[in-house]
Amino acid sequence: MDALFHKLTHVLSCKEASRLLSQGQDRALTAGERVKLWLHLRICIACTRFSQQLAFMRQALANYRS
Amino acid sequence: MDATLLTAELDRHRRYLLRVAQLQLRDPDLAEDVVQETLVAALGACENFSGRSSVKTWLTGILKHKIVDAIRQKQRQPIVMATFEAETDLDEFDPMFKDNGAWEARPSDWGDPETTLSRQEFMTIMDLCLERLPANTARVFLMREVMGLETDEICKELTITANNLWVILYRARMALRQCLEQNWFSNPPGR
Repeated sequence: MDALFHKLTHVLSCKEASRLLSQGQDRALTAGERVKLWLHLRICIACTRFSQQLAFMRQALANYRS
Repeated sequence: MDATLLTAELDRHRRYLLRVAQLQLRDPDLAEDVVQETLVAALGACENFSGRSSVKTWLTGILKHKIVDAIRQKQRQPIVMATFEAETDLDEFDPMFKDNGAWEARPSDWGDPETTLSRQEFMTIMDLCLERLPANTARVFLMREVMGLETDEICKELTITANNLWVILYRARMALRQCLEQNWFSNPPGR
């Protein structure tokens, strides 16, 4: 698992994944970006949580509207 | 809607409108002006209020336009572009990540939004965290998340590139999540 993690985070680091996840809230990601992210998120609990935090913040800020 | 009823209703929403305007504009006088204009515009257009949306949503819609106008006016002052550049520099060292691009501190599990968002104390912390963002960053972030403007609208309004915008929004989200982690989730009161 460690070796796999290393290989996949070499393709897309957490830093890069976090940027793509943020941009995913503002534009349609390309197919390539979506595949890389999907692979990364399958093995990375930290970025999965970050992704949930983004959704959380979006919901929290939308609350200011209603 | 009857004008007397509407006046009372507008007054009830004034505080909320002021808070949103102040967060976005960072200028108490300007925020007052913008809210005042919003209320005047709302009174003048009260026959347009269909009652299909809530009064709050309707007012927020008007406020959105007034804030965009105010930002556009401010934008004429050249200083803003320089500030934007300072706020969009992504090459700068990012303390959130190690050299190899791994998280310096792993994001934690924030749990169920519904439970947390219903708590007034949480919303207070969130206000404080938003106030801590750099002024231009906060302005853009709230245009996107609270006003719900599309990214191309924001780019057009502020004459910035899409890339700049993504960087600003990324920065805002990273800073907000870190502030919430530190001030709420690492030690949530009464949980």
